[in-house]
Amino acid sequence: MNLESTLRTARDSGRKLLVPYVTGGLGRGWLDVVRAVAAAGADAIEVGIPFSDPVMDGRTIQEASQRALEIGATPSSIIEELTALDAGVPIAVMTYYNPVHHMGHDRFAQRLAAAGIDAAIVPDLPLDELDGWADAADAADVETVLLAAPTTSDVRLQAICARSRGFVYGVALLGITGERKELGVEAGEMGRRLKAVTDLPVLLGLGISTPAQAREAAAAADGVIVGSALVRRLLEGGGPEGAAAFVTELREGLDAG
Amino acid sequence: MSAPRRGDVVTLGPPGPEPTGLGRFGEFGGRFVPETLVPALEELEAEFRRAWMSPEFRLEYAELLAQYAGRPTPVTECHRLSDRLGVRVLLKREDLTHTGSHKINNVLGQALLTKRMGKQRVIAETGAGQHGVATATACALFGLDCIVFMGAVDVERQALNVFRMELLGAEVVPVTSGSATLKDAINDALRDWVASVQSTHYCIGSVVGPHPFPWMVREFQRIVGDEAREQTREILGGGDPDYVVACVGGGSNAMGTFAGFIDTDAALIGVEAGGRGLESGHHGASVSRGVPGALHGARSLYLQDEDGQILEAHSISAGLDYPGVGPEHAALAASGRAEYLSATDAEALEGFQLLSKTEGIVPALEPAHAIGWLMREAGHRVPTDSTVLVTLSGRGDKDAMQVSEMLAGDRKL
Ligand SMILES: Cc1ncc(COP(=O)(O)O)c(C=O)c1O
Repeated sequence: MNLESTLRTARDSGRKLLVPYVTGGLGRGWLDVVRAVAAAGADAIEVGIPFSDPVMDGRTIQEASQRALEIGATPSSIIEELTALDAGVPIAVMTYYNPVHHMGHDRFAQRLAAAGIDAAIVPDLPLDELDGWADAADAADVETVLLAAPTTSDVRLQAICARSRGFVYGVALLGITGERKELGVEAGEMGRRLKAVTDLPVLLGLGISTPAQAREAAAAADGVIVGSALVRRLLEGGGPEGAAAFVTELREGLDAG
Repeated sequence: MSAPRRGDVVTLGPPGPEPTGLGRFGEFGGRFVPETLVPALEELEAEFRRAWMSPEFRLEYAELLAQYAGRPTPVTECHRLSDRLGVRVLLKREDLTHTGSHKINNVLGQALLTKRMGKQRVIAETGAGQHGVATATACALFGLDCIVFMGAVDVERQALNVFRMELLGAEVVPVTSGSATLKDAINDALRDWVASVQSTHYCIGSVVGPHPFPWMVREFQRIVGDEAREQTREILGGGDPDYVVACVGGGSNAMGTFAGFIDTDAALIGVEAGGRGLESGHHGASVSRGVPGALHGARSLYLQDEDGQILEAHSISAGLDYPGVGPEHAALAASGRAEYLSATDAEALEGFQLLSKTEGIVPALEPAHAIGWLMREAGHRVPTDSTVLVTLSGRGDKDAMQVSEMLAGDRKL
């Protein structure tokens, strides 16, 4: 089962979807974190390939990326390590476009496929620039998840949903990643607009920080992506146990909805 | 028609060629940005295209350039420097504009567009502080709110410009992420813009970034080359210079200059920051040593490691301390129409002093690279008796303190 069919099956069984984000290469035990997060109730996991200039990321993920790079994480090493992983849930890598471009579209796609990675999210590669990568990804059976933003027009929203694979990533606020005290009004609006035009699983991400926020956001969509709130716990030394405990709380929050 | 002179009205030349497809210059350019920004870039592109074709906008812009920025700027023949180097040196004097560098040409255009789009808040990145000062100036003129992102390292080495920006009413935000220089200032400006895009215009300071910026900024800077072409023709009795030389950070003064000479026989030379030497790895020579990649919205040439991580640039001058270059330069390098060479920190310091002593003109450290390159190459790559136009993109007041400290530390210079 690929990412999309896994998420569809879970959604159609009445479950709200949870996709936590973990920065790849953040500490030697990062694969244990991925396993623990999977076991704690994630439906899929987004693994960040750290990049030197993450313009969509706030302080927390910037810091995690920098730390991972400092201890030697590279796109190749992350993909390589993921090959050895069987977390039991689909994996999507999140990476900025430059590392993909640098390795080459075909090679990057083939390496993801060979490592058993289901999907890729490339936040600075919008629909208009997608073709080169998407053709390579399609050929390698790698699903490319596209992002839709609060500023996206209705016409564009339709085109994005038509081209997205795996799920469609609804950007839940105007801004970059990072924890927020409250869920913005954009979240519900984004979820409703996407649900009105697509049957793909719709996940909201960016700024969703607590179980209560996860539940609130998921009410307008099929589920949520949680990044900075989890990565902060890892930066604070939470390790696999801390990550699992937080993901369990998120899961309970979603299930209680 | 006689060549433009100081005090004349400013006459804009016809618009230059648009990039093809989605902002492509050959295989470079494009719009590699988060989805959130795409609608704003589409709006900006449409607004700029409309404005740039509109006689009212062009008149308003030309009047600002004349009455506020002090254009046309002259071309000065450098007799003593020419004697010294054995080549005939002409300088395009962007140092004489209001605020002291070519950056004002671009920000006045973008400020007018900001007004047209009904936005009230302007953000900008700055390296040397010249673009920040220019943006703060235009915002003061038009009553716009101005926030300037500046690497913490640059805040230190360009203290005078930080004060000028604050005096002009701008807020200067020191950027501590990454290498804390220009690249990181652009990152933080983009991060701000993703959150503020509905009310804010991002006034990019060079021919970099996503479409339409590289095209738009080149068009707002082409006045430099268009004026210089007519002025050098008058000085040279109808001919064009053999060489047209400009320093290249992101590449806006060079692109504006080259735009005026692209259809002539002049050899176009971009001088990049050679830092401590290209072999040292500490430089800003993105064309010479970069490889294709995508950063800050454009596919172009960037300094990167074997995994596609962007490397830190190094230059004595904050304005050239950027590990990338505008996409149109990447295309001109690929086609061979322009050539990109470099001058080291030490050569720039020599150029800084030589122009001061021979002509009484203190250049900014950025164009001092172009002078330093010419000092090295006159009589070699640039044959004796050639005519050379150098764009003096800015004046050196901002660098005087830094240079005096460096020279005090190294008496032999
Ligand atoms: C005087 C001067 N020249 C040149 C530059 C480099 O920019 P560009 O390559 O866009 O002209 C700067 C940038 O700060 C500058 O202040």
